[in-house]
Amino acid sequence: MLSVHHASLTLDGRRLLDDVSLDCPAGSLTALIGPNGAGKSTLLGLMAGDRSPSDGHVAINECPVAAYSVRELAAWRAVMPQDSVLRFAYRVEEVVRMGRALRDLPPDDDERTIGTAMRDVEIEPLAQRNAMTLSGGEQARTTFARVRVQQTPILLLDEPTAALDLRHQERLLQRSADWAAQGHCVVAVMHDLNLAAAHADRLALLDQGRLIAHGRPWDVLESGQLEAIYRQPVCVMRHPERDCPVVVTTTPTDVKRARSTNADMETPT
Amino acid sequence: MTTLTSTLMPSRSSALHRLYTGLLLAMLAGLVVSVMSGVVQVPSQELLAALIAPFSGTTMQTGSESGVAHAVLWELRLPRALMALLIGASLAMAGAAMQGLFGNPLADPGIVGVSSGASLGAVMIIVLRIDVLGAWTLPVGAFCSGFVTTWLIYLLARPSQFEGDNARLLLIGIAINAVAGAMTGYLTYLASVEQLESLMFWSMGSLASVGWTPVLTVAPLALVGLVLLRRQAIPLDLLALGERQARHAGVDVTRLRRRLIALTALLTAAAVAFTGTIGFIGLVVPHLMRTLIGPGHRHLLPLSAIGGGLLLMLADLGARSLDPPNEIPIGILTASLGGPFFLWLVARRQAGGGH
Repeated sequence: MLSVHHASLTLDGRRLLDDVSLDCPAGSLTALIGPNGAGKSTLLGLMAGDRSPSDGHVAINECPVAAYSVRELAAWRAVMPQDSVLRFAYRVEEVVRMGRALRDLPPDDDERTIGTAMRDVEIEPLAQRNAMTLSGGEQARTTFARVRVQQTPILLLDEPTAALDLRHQERLLQRSADWAAQGHCVVAVMHDLNLAAAHADRLALLDQGRLIAHGRPWDVLESGQLEAIYRQPVCVMRHPERDCPVVVTTTPTDVKRARSTNADMETPT
Repeated sequence: MTTLTSTLMPSRSSALHRLYTGLLLAMLAGLVVSVMSGVVQVPSQELLAALIAPFSGTTMQTGSESGVAHAVLWELRLPRALMALLIGASLAMAGAAMQGLFGNPLADPGIVGVSSGASLGAVMIIVLRIDVLGAWTLPVGAFCSGFVTTWLIYLLARPSQFEGDNARLLLIGIAINAVAGAMTGYLTYLASVEQLESLMFWSMGSLASVGWTPVLTVAPLALVGLVLLRRQAIPLDLLALGERQARHAGVDVTRLRRRLIALTALLTAAAVAFTGTIGFIGLVVPHLMRTLIGPGHRHLLPLSAIGGGLLLMLADLGARSLDPPNEIPIGILTASLGGPFFLWLVARRQAGGGH
C-alpha cells in the first residue's frame, strides 16, 4: 500500500536519509524507531508527501506520491503531526470535524464517525471547549480524532503518544492497531521502544538516515544491535503478559566504575 | 456534559440566526435613516413621498419641491449609502480573509500592499497631473496601482517556493508598504496647495462625490469578490491548523493563498478607488464578529461583510451629520471609533481570557 524505494534526502549538504527502502502493506502497523536525529520524522514526511526525496521515490498504491494532487493525497493518507497548531479559538468538536471537511464522504456518516472517534480518545466531555486551551495530551487526542475521521487507507503518526499518560498511550495505540487489523496501513514514529514492541507488528530501526533492521519486534529489538545504535547498555526481556519484548536500560560500566571511584575517594582512609 | 452539549448546539444556531436578522434589520433601518437625513433640508413627508414614488407609480415633476426631494434622495443619498455598504462589506470580508490567511487577528486588507499602492497611484495622478482617461484617471489609476503593488509583493515573496512562507510575504509586504509610503510622502511634499486639498480627501477617505456611476462600477467587482471569497470558507478554517496540516487535510495552500490575495486585492482596490483609503473597518469588524460567533469562516465571512457595510454606512451618516454643513472625512471617523473599540476588545480579552 505504501512503499519507499531507495529514497535518499540531502538538505544543505547533509544526508538525512540514505537509500531507504521500506514496504508497509495494508493490515500492518509499522513503527519507525531509532535514536534522536536518525531520520524517523524525515522519512514519515517523505511518506506524507511533504517533500520529495532527492533520489528514489515513495509510492502509494504503486503510484508515486508526487503524481497525486493535494486533494487526492488527503483521500489516501492522514497525518498526525508531532505538534498541533491552532490559530483561532475553534471548539474541540469543530477541530475534529475539520478532518472530514474536504473529503468526499457521505455526510450521513459524519456524526457517527466523529462521535466514535471522539469517544475512542475520551474527548467527548471537551467537545465544546476552546481547543486553544487544551493541555498537550488533550491536544494530541483531539488531533488523533481529527486524523481518524479523515478515514484514509493510510494513517501516518509522528510520535502520537509523546504527550499522553499511560492510559491514553495504550488506548491510542490499541485503536491504531485495530485500524491496521481492519486492513488499513498505519505507520508511527515512536520513541518508546516498549510501546512500539507491544503494539506494532513490524519495527523499522533507523540510524543516521539508514534503515538498519526491519521485521518483527523480537527480531529487531536485539540487545547487541540496540546497544550499538543507541550507545546505551540495555537488557531485553519478555513481557510478563504479552508475547513481546521489553527493553530496559542498564547502567553503563564506565558510569559504574566512576561511581565506585567517587565512593572510594569520598571514603576517608 | 453530554446533555450540555446537546443543549448548547441549538441555542448557538438560534443566536446566529438572531444576529443575521438583527444586522440585516439594522442595515435596512440605517439605509432609510441615511437617505432621510442630510445637509439639504427637505421636509420629511416629501422625502417619504419620493422614497415610495417609484413603487407607487407616481411621476415627479422636475423643478418642483417634490422634484428636489426626489433628486436628493435618489441621486445623492441613496448611491452614497449603497457605496458605503459595498465598501464596508468588501473591506471587512477581505480583512477576515487576511486574518485567516496569516493566522493573525491584527492583519487587515492593507497587509498585502493594496491600500498603500492605491494611495501612491492616486497621489501620482494628482501631483503629476496625469490625465489620460479624464475623470476616470484617478479611480482606474488607483485600482491598477493597488493591484500591481500586491502582485509585486507576491512575486517578490514567491511563497509557493518556500515551505510555509507567510512570514516572508508579511516582511516583503512591510518593506513595499514602507517604500510606497515614502514615495507618497515625497510626492505630497512636491504638491501645490490645491493639489494638497484633493490629496487630503483621498488619504482620509470621502464618500462625498459618489454618484450612481461609481456605485455601478464598484458593485459588480465587489459582489463577484464577495461571492468568490465566501466560497473559501472551508479551506480558511483548515488553515487554522497551520499550513502543513491544512495540506494534509486536502487544502492546496499555495493555490488558496494566491486566490485569497487576488480576491483581497480586487475587493480593496475596488473599494478605495473612488473614495480613498478607509481604515480600521477591515481590522475591527472581523475581530468583533469572531468574539460574537467564534472563528468558523462559514459565518464569519458573511457576517463580517454585513457588519462592515452597516458600520461604514453609519460612519458616513455620522460624517455628514455631526458638523453640518461640513463633512468630517470618513477615515478619521472610522479610525477614531475603531481605535478605542479595538482597545476595549484587547482589554476585554485580557480580563476575560475569552476569544
